Amino acid sequence: MSAVLGFSLFPSSPMNASSFTPRVEALLLALLVASGLLIGVLLVLNLYFLIRYRRGSSAPRPPLRIATWKFEAGWICGTTIGFLGFFFWGARIYLDMERPPANAYDVDVIGRQWMWDIRHADGRREFDTLHVPADQPVRLRMISEDVIHSFAVPAFSLKQDVVPGKQVMAWFEATRPGTYHLYCDQFCGTAHAEMAGEVVVMKPEDYAAWQASGSVNNEEAGHGAKLFVRYGCSGCHTPGSPVRAPSLVGLYGRLVPVENGQFVRADEQYLRDSIVLPQQHVVAGYAPIMPDFRGVISETDLLDLIDYLKSLGAKQPPPANMPTAPAAAPPMVPPPPAPSSAP
Amino acid sequence: MITEEIIAPRVPAPAPTYLNAGHTLRSWLCTLDHKRIGLLYLFTITFFFVIAAVAAALMRWELLTPQPDLVTPDFYNRMFTLHGVLMVWFFLIPSIPTVLGNFILPLMLGARDVAFPRLNLASWYIFVAGGLMALYAIVAGGVDTGWTFYTPYSSTYSNGYVMMMAAGVFVAGFSSIFTGLNFIVTIHQLRAPGLTWFRLPLFVWSLYATSLILVLATPVLAITLLLIGLERLCGVGVFDPKLGGDPLLFQHLFWFYSHPAVYIMILPGMGVVSETIACFSRKRVFGYHVVAIASLAIAALGFLVWGHHMFVSSQSVYAGVVFSLLSFLVSVPSAIKVFNWTATLHRGSISFDTPLLYALGFIGLFTIGGLTGVFLATLPVDVRMHDTYFVIAHFHYVMVGGMVMGYLGGIHYWWPKISGRLYHEWTARVSALIVFIGFNLTFFPQFILGYLGMPRRVHMYAPEFQTLNVLSSAGASILGIGYILPLVYLTWSFFHGPKVSSNPWDATGLEWQTDSPPPEHNFAQIPVVTAEPYNYPPLA
Repeated sequence: MSAVLGFSLFPSSPMNASSFTPRVEALLLALLVASGLLIGVLLVLNLYFLIRYRRGSSAPRPPLRIATWKFEAGWICGTTIGFLGFFFWGARIYLDMERPPANAYDVDVIGRQWMWDIRHADGRREFDTLHVPADQPVRLRMISEDVIHSFAVPAFSLKQDVVPGKQVMAWFEATRPGTYHLYCDQFCGTAHAEMAGEVVVMKPEDYAAWQASGSVNNEEAGHGAKLFVRYGCSGCHTPGSPVRAPSLVGLYGRLVPVENGQFVRADEQYLRDSIVLPQQHVVAGYAPIMPDFRGVISETDLLDLIDYLKSLGAKQPPPANMPTAPAAAPPMVPPPPAPSSAP
Repeated sequence: MITEEIIAPRVPAPAPTYLNAGHTLRSWLCTLDHKRIGLLYLFTITFFFVIAAVAAALMRWELLTPQPDLVTPDFYNRMFTLHGVLMVWFFLIPSIPTVLGNFILPLMLGARDVAFPRLNLASWYIFVAGGLMALYAIVAGGVDTGWTFYTPYSSTYSNGYVMMMAAGVFVAGFSSIFTGLNFIVTIHQLRAPGLTWFRLPLFVWSLYATSLILVLATPVLAITLLLIGLERLCGVGVFDPKLGGDPLLFQHLFWFYSHPAVYIMILPGMGVVSETIACFSRKRVFGYHVVAIASLAIAALGFLVWGHHMFVSSQSVYAGVVFSLLSFLVSVPSAIKVFNWTATLHRGSISFDTPLLYALGFIGLFTIGGLTGVFLATLPVDVRMHDTYFVIAHFHYVMVGGMVMGYLGGIHYWWPKISGRLYHEWTARVSALIVFIGFNLTFFPQFILGYLGMPRRVHMYAPEFQTLNVLSSAGASILGIGYILPLVYLTWSFFHGPKVSSNPWDATGLEWQTDSPPPEHNFAQIPVVTAEPYNYPPLA
């Protein structure tokens, strides 16, 4: 399908840089053509009528012989059917945009006035710049620490509002190495215009070299465990603690029975809610005694804590979803220099 | 004064009109005459239009260069908020309903006034009070939230005079509600004998649909602004998640009002176009019944599409799909109106007077604005274009290309009735052309800027966007000239233009059966209606 419709409005422009863009551009082009035709027909008809039936012209003006309702029914049905076609076409792409593929790897994005704080799974942290490998789906897990921001990369047809208090997802697969604009598209205060950066798409082997270079904060890996102690979670949520609190081992992904007889899936949103708003889902059989940590734990720490909780008692170690250099990479190639487009 | 008294007996006494019924300031400020109240609104909204236009001019000036060099970011943010708030609530929403609606509606119905003349005057005072509060907020330090007041920025983080501005909008909202209520009752109760619903001019139908929206939607805005006040002043958590609120709740409430409000800003313009197309092609509007019902359909469906402002807001994916479908459906009645106007020209006898030029401009620009609205109803295209200049261009094509063209067309069409005088026809035609050219040069490049990804509400941008921004700013200066010209020649005409007969356009409609300008109580004798609207004599 995308092979048939895989063209861009401006194929030479760098606007066509993700797996979605050709589909969106094809739809956009179809809309442009349909609108152009409609405008053309209206323009010709209007000009023809205006000139032919100008006051004083000798054109005959006999009364119309065809019933008006036939015209009305015709253009009501015509526009409705045309519009429905575009609706289905658009909805199809939109639903795909909302479903990240299983092999996507996660990048955490925190929006705050006025910067993008980006954290990779290996603990590497970037500000206002996101490095990703080409041809690899990337899932962004995003949350805001203050007001609403919007993570927008026009070249990827990607945009998602980043909302405080709620983790949201978006995904993309960059297809063309290069450097692309990253904007905040939702007005967020004084320096909103400066809350911009870039997404650097690299060939997989360049990306592997980038990953291997520079400093990686290895402390991040154990950071969640330290936070678990520092914020006092371990005081209650460890087996043998004097306070009666549910154990968190193997919690992630399970169905949790809650107070009113219902079950809630322990996903990331559940873990977050249970930390910042513990009264929201009280586990059946436990007293609602946990203090709420709303505004106490920063979003950065929250992400580490959630990662730690997810790793607790997991049946197998969390899948290493970080992409690696292709195994077939020729061994004799010297490490590639950092791409010139990288800052 | 003395000379006048001496000369007075020699010249015939001027016919008593609403304009010479009293010359004191008091006779204007305490008037209950719908025509004078219409003129009070005309002055007031022109004043707000000028302020908001100056803010736009400053923005376009700053955007001539990619660098932030003219104003500070905070100043720029205050400018676009000022521009949006004043243009939406203090110019566009009141524009046609309160000026032309107040003046023409009772005349069209064959009535001596609106149903509640005192409420009508009160609504002007409330409007002025709201406007003064908004002006105070601007002078005291401004507001930087954008006209959309998105939370939690507006409720917790913004440092501006948000509460004063919101209070101004809140108060002005009551003026909208009162005007809407007044019009609904007037249309139900004060139609002349024989003026049945399907004999009403289409301008009346459009005002009726508009009034329904004003009455039903505006209270939701008032509630929303009150909730912001509760959160901002009392710390009650409604919208800010740090206080346990939900920021998306605000967007749902705000757009539940503001999307229907978009139709407040276009339906009356459509009504004016129907009147002028019929008059200057000497024909009944093609598909009169369908055009009338389409206004009501737009008003009704308009309440069901607010979620299309939230496709990327993290609302439910399925909600997005449903809102997309409904948004496509609401475009159908608008499209149908365009087809019917075109068909009205067929076999007409078309005279290219200024009001028709504005109506044709409306049709062209509204068609582009409407079709790009269909682009934005298409989900993945909206994801791409949301919060970029594409959206800015789209809604300016509808609101400025549509509503302001409709407003200017209506002002020119009914000017002889309002002032009793004519304007200089060729000056008016040329300035209509200047508006059309300036408008397109300003806003068409913004579609391309949006496609390329330039975000809205920024005072600086990437260097590759400069050419298109310079074009846009150049267009804005032409558009400015196009707006200043009518201000000048209409003012001149009001005092010095040649006097006209009661029906200079040979139009049908009851408003043309009384004098120009009309006497204080419109009709010496209430007319009786025996025919369909737009019953122009058949063309050979």
